[in-house]
Parts: sequence; C-alpha cells; structure tokens
Amino acid sequence: MNEWPLWEIFIRSKNGLSHKHVGSLHATDEEMAMQNARDVYTRRSEGISIWVVESKHISASDPDEGESLFDPANDKVYRHPTFYNLPDELKHM
Amino acid sequence: MQDHLYNFLLYLGDNALILGHRLSEWCGHGPVLEQDMALTNIALDLVGQSRNIFQLAAKMQGEGATEDTLAYLRDATAYKNILLVEQKNGDFAKTILRQFFYDAFNYPCYQRLMQSSNKDIAAFAEKSMKEITYHLKWSSEWVIRLGDGTEESLRRINEALEDLWPYTGEMFKYADFEIAMTESGVFPDAAGIEAEWEQEVKNIFAQAGLELPEKAWMHDGGKHGRHSEHLGYILAEMQFLQRAYPGQKW
Amino acid sequence: MEKNLEEIFQAKIDREEKIEPKDWMPDAYRKTLVRQISQHAHSEIIGMLPEGNWITRAPTLRRKVALMAKVQDEAGHGLYLYSAAETLGVDRVELFEQLNSGKAKYSSIFNYPTLSWADIGSVGWLVDGAAIMNQVPLCRCSYGPYARAMVRVCKEESFHQRQGFEILLNLSKGSQAQKDMLQESVNRWWWPAMMMFGPADGDSPNTQQSMKWKIKRFTNDDLRQKFVDVAYEQAKVLNVTLPDPDIKWNEERGHYDYGVINWDEFWNVVKGNGPCNKERLAARNKAWDEGQWVREAALAHAEKRANRKSKKVA
Repeated sequence: MNEWPLWEIFIRSKNGLSHKHVGSLHATDEEMAMQNARDVYTRRSEGISIWVVESKHISASDPDEGESLFDPANDKVYRHPTFYNLPDELKHM
Repeated sequence: MQDHLYNFLLYLGDNALILGHRLSEWCGHGPVLEQDMALTNIALDLVGQSRNIFQLAAKMQGEGATEDTLAYLRDATAYKNILLVEQKNGDFAKTILRQFFYDAFNYPCYQRLMQSSNKDIAAFAEKSMKEITYHLKWSSEWVIRLGDGTEESLRRINEALEDLWPYTGEMFKYADFEIAMTESGVFPDAAGIEAEWEQEVKNIFAQAGLELPEKAWMHDGGKHGRHSEHLGYILAEMQFLQRAYPGQKW
Repeated sequence: MEKNLEEIFQAKIDREEKIEPKDWMPDAYRKTLVRQISQHAHSEIIGMLPEGNWITRAPTLRRKVALMAKVQDEAGHGLYLYSAAETLGVDRVELFEQLNSGKAKYSSIFNYPTLSWADIGSVGWLVDGAAIMNQVPLCRCSYGPYARAMVRVCKEESFHQRQGFEILLNLSKGSQAQKDMLQESVNRWWWPAMMMFGPADGDSPNTQQSMKWKIKRFTNDDLRQKFVDVAYEQAKVLNVTLPDPDIKWNEERGHYDYGVINWDEFWNVVKGNGPCNKERLAARNKAWDEGQWVREAALAHAEKRANRKSKKVA
C-alpha cells in the first residue's frame, strides 16, 4: 500500500529565533502536514510558527564529501576576530 | 431565570463532555498515528470546555457542587446534551460527519456567546472559540477528503449522512432555557444560527460532492433529558468509580 | 576497506561523536538499531491500549484529561521513534506490518491487563518508572536521530510518572477499599515491572555489542538494580508493601537485594502466552485494517487536488 508522504517539520519557538528542525511525520498534503505538525509537535506550546517541507524535496550533502566540503575552512583562521592581535587598551572593537 | 441560566450552562457543558467522551474512545484506535493524536486533541479541548462551564454551573449551584458532581452524579434524564453527540462513533466517516455537524453549529453559537451579556460566559466563549475554529477547519477538511476521496469513502460518508441527518434538527429546536437566554441577551440572536449552519454545510458539501438531504423527520428530546439508549451506557462507564465508591477522593 | 571503515566508525563512537543517517555504518549496527527503535516504538503504541482502557472510566474530569494527554503522548512517542527508524531506510508501514503480524516484539509489560483504576497509577509509577530508567541513558545513544527522539520522549515522559504516582498517593490516603485497591495493584505490577529490563546479563548475549556501539548504555541488571533502589524508597511514601519478601538492604553492596524473578513467566509472555497478547495484537490489527480505507481516501483526494491544481496552472 502507498504510504502517506513523509514531511520534515521546522518550528519557530518564538519570534526572534529561527525555525528549527524538530522531527518528521506523515501527511497527504501540505495542509494536513501543517495540522499534523501542530497536533504532534506543539502540544506543549513549543512554537508560534511552523514550516513543513516534504522530505523528498530536501537535498543533503554527502558525508563522504564532508572533508572536501568543510575541512578547507578549518585553516582560514583569519576569518575569525581572535586572529588579529590588538592591544587590550583598545575599546569598542 | 436563574434556573434557565443554570440549565443553559449544563446544556453547553453536556454537549462538550459527551462528545469529548465519545472522541476519547478513539484514543489508541485511530486510522493513522497523526490522526489519532488529532482526535485526542479535540477530545481534550471538549472535555476542557465542559470543565470550564461546569465550574460556572457549580458556582451557581453552591452546596458543594463541583465539576465532578455535575459530570459524575447526574443520571441520564438530567443530562441536556443533544442526541447527535451521544451517537456511537461508528466508522471514521461517521465520527467525522458528527464532528462536522457539531462544529458547524458550535461555531456560530460561540460567536454569539462571545457577545453574551453574561461576562463569564463571554470570556469562556472567547477562549473556546479558538479551539472551535480549529475543530471546524479540521472536520471540514476531512468531510471534503472523504467525499472527494475514493468510492468507498464516498459510500461511507453517505451512509453516515443517512444515519446522522435526522439528529441535526434538534440543534435548532430551542428549549425554554435557550429562549430565555436569547431574550435576556446571554445567548443573543440565536435565530440566525440555523441559516449560518446550513450555509456552512452546503459550502463544505459542495466541495465534498455531497448532497444536502431534504429536511425530514428530526429526532429530539436530549435538551429535555429524553435521550437515546446510548447515553445510559456512556454514563454507566464514565460514572462507574464514583458510583461504586461514593464520596471518595481520587 | 570495509575493516577500515568499521574502525573509523568505532573510533567515532568511542569519541562520543554521533552517527547521522547518511554516515557509513556497519549493516549489523543498522539492523540492531532498526530492531531496537521499532520495538521501542511498538511498545509505545501497544502501551496506549492498557491505559486507554481506563480513559472512559477515569473517576474525575481532571484525571480524565490527564490520562488522555498521557496516552496521546504515547502516540507521539511512537511517532517520534518510527520517524527515527525511518531515517535508517525502513518505512512506518513496513514496521506496522511487522507488529501486526506478530513478527516484531514489544515490551511484554503491556500484555498484562489493567483491571482497576489503581492500575493506571501503577503503570505510571512502576512501568513508566522502569521505562524512564531505560530511556534517560538513551538520550546519549550514538545514533543522532534516536538520541534526539529520546530527548523529546524523556522531556514529555516526566509528567507521566508523576501523574501515576499522584493517583496512587490519593488512593493511599483514601478509604480502606482504596488502599486495598492500591496494594492489590502493586502486587500484580511489581514483578512484571522488574522483568521490563529484560533477561539477566548472563542471558543477554547482545548486550556487549550494543554497549560497544553505545546504543545501550547500561546492562539490564544495572538498570534493574537502580530501579529497585529507587522504588523501594518510593513505596514507603505510598505505604505499600512490595510483593517480594527478599527485598532487604545490603550494606556491603550499597544496594537492595531482591528475590528471584520468574523467568519462566517472562519467556512465556514474550512468546505470546501473556494474559493479553492476543487482544493487544487484535486491537492493533483492527485499527489498522479499519483505517485502510481512510488512508487511501486521503491519499486519493490529495492526488485529485494536485491534479486539478496542475491543470489550472497548465
């Protein structure tokens, strides 16, 4: 039998924070996914805004490419403020 | 007058409690986990509403009355809910249609109660309205899904319609306590509810591909304590502990 | 190559790094996880039945809503766990079919009946209490989606045990009939709760591998001991006697000793001979079979709607 499609659910817990992935569920369409997300993932006032995305629409990076994707950033320490040596007396920087 | 208000409160509370109780029978038996949880959420809202309203009624009654004495120590003839809400769950189609008929009725009712001259009732209605709005959306969508789904779902919802239609008239056959509430502004403009209900049902039925049946013979009696055989069993189950161990704390 | 991958994998786990769905993992790890997570999910879903059994009979409206919310949470927990299992490449329908056919196992405790209102309290106190002992360490298990699901489960679970204990506490302060109801219930639930941790360590051959993979963080007997130590003290608050004459403090070990578990009963319930095995499976099958047309209708409607939409666009 055909299973209802899987959806990924993202919830904003309060204004000012970004939506965060909280889990997944099954639903036949986006309306139902939204309502199911409300019933499944906000029973304890966990959210004020919901995003639903059908799981098949998410592309994920391949962990096998992890090294080539992410390691090159590791030695670019000059992107971080602590890389620069400045005197302690200097304020507001 | 006070009697009428008290009866009106019981009527509102009984509708919510009995339907909530019926829905709670689904818990653990739903067609899919997500909808199992949705049904229970609605059941929780409804039992919650009944508690709020019984607390108001208990305060009026005094003499040690509580939400629980009202729920657990009244027999069927003292219950005032409409017959629709005590009907058996049947299959999912019947549960959905029963819910939709009730929600589509409750929505305009509570809209009016929000304007009630009684402040407690107005505050209660405002709080409940958020829940009812969601219930109506949920049950409407399911009526459409089942009507415009498969042949089987259409057949089932039509069977449910045949079963439940004769219970819809009672909602608009106002009892003396409702008429008194309308006259005193506690339940303003009740006369307009039926037309709004019909409009909503027509609208959703059109999307679901369902036909509105003719107005035919309608059952009634619930508001006056004359119920179907089902309510006795609901109460026998619900009240069992309170009856078997009278006066205990739980 | 394979060997090498496995070493890298194990080293990651040893460093307490999490494994995520697309990461390489040994087949056996995947299989063990699917089995463990789905058994856990099934237990939540079957667990709804014995407790749901009292929703319509809850003695006050406050108890009624609390119990409904609790049983509903269990549906949620099952759902979170099935979702975690789905990240490993099995879908929920497949897992449901395994449960419904009797092929998959679930916690045996739910094959015992809830016969009195006190049982709802005992399930909360003892069964949820034992479950929490098991579940809290799993929040740190090596598989990311499982660990995250467990964090959510544990957060919600904390009200469950309190809900149960409060029921029992009220009974313990009530009439003689209520006190008797309480004791009778604890008598029935104590030993099955003790069995929830599974066979003694010597008879649990997979424990070592699971602990190495960090999908199990304590042995069965360690958790059981922790449970006895905690429950014995809690029983005093309720003024109930645990039905084990051999429970006594062992100064040397710093733990309570306890009596011999009836493993014959345990294995029989696992094999399907418990008081309610058949009813539980029958109830699940009924719900699933009767839900079939609903699931199909919703899917059919969604397709029709999508078609109409795309026609409009075209």
